[in-house]
Amino acid sequence: MSATSPHAATQPLTMSGAEVVLRALKDQGVEVIFGYPGGAVLPIYDAIFQQNAIRHILVRHEQAAVHAAEGYARSTGKVGCVLVTSGPGATNAVTGLLDALMDSIPLVCLTGQVPTHLIGNDAFQEADTTGITRPATKHNYLVKRSEDVARVVHEAFHVARSGRPGPVVIDLPKDILINKAPYVEAPPATQPHRSYRPVTAPDMAQVRKAVALLKQAERPVIYAGGGVINSGPEASRLLGEFAHLTGFPVTNTLMGLGAFPSQDPQFLGMLGMHGTYEANLVMHGCDVMLNMGARFDDRVTGKLSHFAPNAKKIHADIDPSSINKNVKVDVPIVGDAGQILAAMIQVWKEDSQPPMREALAAWWRQIDLWRAKDCLQYVQQGKIIKPQHAVKRLYEITRESGRETYITTEVGQHQMWAAQYFGFEKPNRWMTSGGLGTMGYGLPAAMGVQIAHPDALVIDIAGEASILMNIQEMATLCQYRLPVKVFILNNEYMGMVRQWQELLHGGRYSESYSAALPDFVKLAESFHGVGLRATEESQLDDVIREMLATDRPVIADICVAKDENCFPMIPSGAAHNEMILGPGQEGGVAGVTDEGKVLV
Amino acid sequence: MADDPGQFRSATIAVLVENEAGVLARVIGLFSGRGYNIESLTVAPVDADRRLSRITIVTSGTEMVIEQIKAQLDRLVPVHKVSDLSLAGPHLVRELALIKVVGLGDHRVEALRLADAFRARVVDATTESFVFEMTGTAEKIDAFCDLMRPIGLAEVSRTGAVAIVRGRSALTV
Repeated sequence: MSATSPHAATQPLTMSGAEVVLRALKDQGVEVIFGYPGGAVLPIYDAIFQQNAIRHILVRHEQAAVHAAEGYARSTGKVGCVLVTSGPGATNAVTGLLDALMDSIPLVCLTGQVPTHLIGNDAFQEADTTGITRPATKHNYLVKRSEDVARVVHEAFHVARSGRPGPVVIDLPKDILINKAPYVEAPPATQPHRSYRPVTAPDMAQVRKAVALLKQAERPVIYAGGGVINSGPEASRLLGEFAHLTGFPVTNTLMGLGAFPSQDPQFLGMLGMHGTYEANLVMHGCDVMLNMGARFDDRVTGKLSHFAPNAKKIHADIDPSSINKNVKVDVPIVGDAGQILAAMIQVWKEDSQPPMREALAAWWRQIDLWRAKDCLQYVQQGKIIKPQHAVKRLYEITRESGRETYITTEVGQHQMWAAQYFGFEKPNRWMTSGGLGTMGYGLPAAMGVQIAHPDALVIDIAGEASILMNIQEMATLCQYRLPVKVFILNNEYMGMVRQWQELLHGGRYSESYSAALPDFVKLAESFHGVGLRATEESQLDDVIREMLATDRPVIADICVAKDENCFPMIPSGAAHNEMILGPGQEGGVAGVTDEGKVLV
Repeated sequence: MADDPGQFRSATIAVLVENEAGVLARVIGLFSGRGYNIESLTVAPVDADRRLSRITIVTSGTEMVIEQIKAQLDRLVPVHKVSDLSLAGPHLVRELALIKVVGLGDHRVEALRLADAFRARVVDATTESFVFEMTGTAEKIDAFCDLMRPIGLAEVSRTGAVAIVRGRSALTV
């Protein structure tokens, strides 16, 4: 493929490959790179040293660089950028790349590579990076010719941000970075890629079919996912407009939290394995389902053969391969969530057929009965802090503060409690590892968010086990004076593992106890941050307030009840109407058995 | 997919891709990573300036799985077009085989007689061996090999299927 600029042959080359890379990054709007140097990328680091347009954030582990870029991307809607060296630099980044692939986060990751003449010779710090990252990226490139450098960087950004977003790796051999290379501008948006042309505008015939189904719906639900957030804030606004136009109930996936305001009366909360009672029963009982930018993940559907058994299903997704992958749908719509929502609003208004108002009113009466179950209730009494209470108070106190707040999480019980008890009114405020479930995500992701939003309140809701997986990033926080707050729900267990062992493995708590924990207060101090601790309920609010008032990195060690489980819960392989509720929630409208199982 | 009640079917899928390094690995990695079957796979450049390659994949699965395979192939960045020939209408499927038969005396006579019946050509001969070249469907080549086995079938090299739709419609970028 010859993509050499027509001018390149006539102009003397003045820039090195590394300088061309930086120029292309700048032209692509990159302001920040998260990275870690090493032998193969020294030419890029040298070029970074000699410019001021792009800021480099030095992480302490390459995995954290990728998660930081994810946090940056998710909280801004921009493409996150990562720079790591060859070999171990690249392999350390793989977890983050796959995390971004699973959660559809746009990233470009530059990896160093040994010089082209050494590729394949088992050279020092050589890895087959494109081979290793192929199934962990949306696309990857190995640049073997200087004239391809600029074109590949531009193309990588286009691939990362368009269609279903995802991570793209550019593997750059050291000789390519050192040798002179021509710079070419990014191709104009009007010039399509040779083979990659994602569809964003929906087929209007499908939109009309969908609206016709929704107009006749007696028990509808809108199930909205991360696709709405990835489409941009306008899509979230349109989701609200469509929901209010139709009066339909809305539930969000873990990835979609914030796409619809948590305070809206039409919001049912999150659905799925740890979703609310009302959201899951609405999904089970609906007659028409509108899936807007979600992918029927197994954590959402539960047992597929019992998933929404009586529903006509409409699935709007930008990725054609998401359609009919897990769940056979009746009306697929391929396109961008924002464009599809705009089209649906237009068709809904034009269509003269009235919606089923009486049936919808009856549906809402049923939903209110389910809501009355108050499935997220918990009992906070005595000195021991309930983890749910800790998250709820954190939410209430941050709301009172009125500050722009961004939440990241690690993975486990604390993540689900955060999803259940922290409300989000806007998109791009909630960063969590949904698809891959990466422990160690939250702290570096929070770092990336804080870089993008220096004045905002950025809190990593963490567990004491997860936080140790990337705790080294406390050093990065302190170096760059990033006042991230780490709010640890410390139950001295890998809580979700412990919960499954209790419920499914006869209470044999194999290797799930967090022995030999560090003193998190001293740990924070040793990194030059601030450490706080609450061991009793009476201290909780004060610790939260002090944490929020501190303009430095903080670890708040919240010592919570050790054996608390996360409910409601749909056990793996069960249906939506086979939820387990928390203790003390027997009885009620649905006829709960002693085991806390519900059958509707 | 666990609840997909569909019947298994075979599919012959033609994929036009950019002829660039790693593109075959992307296709094969997709099949192995997602647990799809590959019954055969062929690939070669097909245009004058060697920028395009055509991959022909014979696979099988339920309708839902085959739909997935096509969608997953189509979203690979260097993929131009994906066509399910099984659905595209009447199409030709051919495979080339080189078949070595070793033997003496009557076995040689019988081998030549069968080769003639199957329209296989002799492309190499020694006093104790033949190499036959034949094209046809996989079933025809299977049948020929089965007949040659007792006679002295020594080695088989097959291309896997290539396929094209009948009539004037053409798969291009």
